[in-house]
Amino acid sequence: MIEVCDLKKYFSSGLLKKQCVKSVDGVSFHIARGDTLGLVGESGCGKTTLGRLLLRLIEPTSGQIFFDGTDISRLNQRELRRIRPRMQMIFQDPDSSLNPRMKIGESIAEPFRLGLRGKSNRREIRDRVLELIETVGLNPEHVNRYPHQLSGGQNQRVVLARILAINPDFIVADEPTASLDVSVQAQILNLIQDLKDEYDLTLLFISHDMEIVRHMSDRIAVMEEGKIVDIGDSEIVTEAHRNLITDSMLARV
Amino acid sequence: MNLLNIHKLNTYFPTPDGLVKAVDHVDLKIADSEKVGLIGETGCGKTVLGMSIVRLLDSSAQINGRIIYRGRDILELAEEDMRSLRGREIAMILQNPTTSLNPVMRVGDQIAEGIRLHGGLDKRAAKKRAVEILKSVMIHDAERRADQYPHEFSGGMKERAMIAIGLSCDPSIIIADEPTKGLDAKTKTQIVKLLKGVTEHKSMLMITHDLNVAASICDRVAVMYAGEILEVGKVWDVLKNPMHPYTRGFINSLPSRGLKPIRGSSPSLIDLPSGCRFCPRCDFAMEACKFKHPEITPADDGQSVRCFLYT
Repeated sequence: MIEVCDLKKYFSSGLLKKQCVKSVDGVSFHIARGDTLGLVGESGCGKTTLGRLLLRLIEPTSGQIFFDGTDISRLNQRELRRIRPRMQMIFQDPDSSLNPRMKIGESIAEPFRLGLRGKSNRREIRDRVLELIETVGLNPEHVNRYPHQLSGGQNQRVVLARILAINPDFIVADEPTASLDVSVQAQILNLIQDLKDEYDLTLLFISHDMEIVRHMSDRIAVMEEGKIVDIGDSEIVTEAHRNLITDSMLARV
Repeated sequence: MNLLNIHKLNTYFPTPDGLVKAVDHVDLKIADSEKVGLIGETGCGKTVLGMSIVRLLDSSAQINGRIIYRGRDILELAEEDMRSLRGREIAMILQNPTTSLNPVMRVGDQIAEGIRLHGGLDKRAAKKRAVEILKSVMIHDAERRADQYPHEFSGGMKERAMIAIGLSCDPSIIIADEPTKGLDAKTKTQIVKLLKGVTEHKSMLMITHDLNVAASICDRVAVMYAGEILEVGKVWDVLKNPMHPYTRGFINSLPSRGLKPIRGSSPSLIDLPSGCRFCPRCDFAMEACKFKHPEITPADDGQSVRCFLYT
């Protein structure tokens, strides 16, 4: 589904004293259809940059990204727009990823109104929105609320409903529960897991918590300073990188 | 001896939709040099409890009950007396350093501010002291860092700066509100280690929803839900033998414990269930739980729990 070859992203800053940050430095991997690849690493290791590169939300310095056989690193804006609905992103902070001036129902209806799922009339849209709201575990009364009236966990459910409305094949989830509580986190992670099976999604799951990544992924890639230092079956990688598990680190304090 | 004794504390906020009971009948004692963890989810009232102790809440808040610190009731102090206590005796480390630090003030000056106010030092002496404190929270190159602004600090360093501000006047009790929120595993471990070191001879109320952090630093924990305390006990007793169904659910929802969520969501603090507040989400709910509100009662080994399963 996804194949990445020698992907690089350098950020340079400074006019006189040019400094170069190698955020993503020669990364190659693949994700099979229907699989979840977990991406772990400390803050600043380049994992968010990598996630964004995959959807071409930022331009790579060099390298190739194949999405279902197409090299998206070479597409122009128009071609890209056509392929974008098939790949979506869940951001860290649900409260700021929704339009604050749009009611929840409107946000979820937007992909339908833009015609991403073919033509549909108002009633059809309304029915689909209500259906999705139920799928992600919200109540019909939430349709007319604004994001600031909902909790972080509820907003993340709205984000999921909106993404499902687009019906993508591939999702990059960038620390989707970083701003949520443990019990809400468990609810959202389980929901993502269920939706993935139901909608046959392929996932890149980014987190700094090894324990969560292990729970969510078939395979895990460990990132350090822009490079992937280990990749493989999740149990094996977790065993090899026990030092990234918070619990065991704290146990030694 | 108890350094801080919170007795039947209520903190309510009147709103157009009704009275928000953010803290409801809370009893909590913190002994000399004792570290108490206050655990609970967003919106359960734990931050409001912390803010009530340092009296930093909006004037619309209705605070009742008693908060006895070294024999004096904090709630009855004049604002002027409170100001001399806040920071010097009881300090608060606010959550979200990114928004809590002043973005247009040098970090060193923010630390020195309290020192000048409480310690009566002049500008230069206070600055020198601020640099020393920055060193004590393990910030390298502290002289240079003190002259920088918060945006030049990383997330972990900002948290260290917040801790430095909290420590600046050498208080006897620190209220730390989510000091490890949003930090990655390595940084979190460093911050916990640091907090453990600098509070060795101090008392601390650590507000967190991270059980692992609480376990590695606290002596006792109090579990808060919908404005009230459901369970109190020694940290390992509560972790190994959680009594309240909510505490059990909370522990089971940890990634390392299988990520099993508690069904439903927390009640609104305006419209609380009339019986046990956890009843609508509880798998062990009995008939009585729907109508009667359980009191917190001591069980064995100093653990106390607010649940009819144990009465």
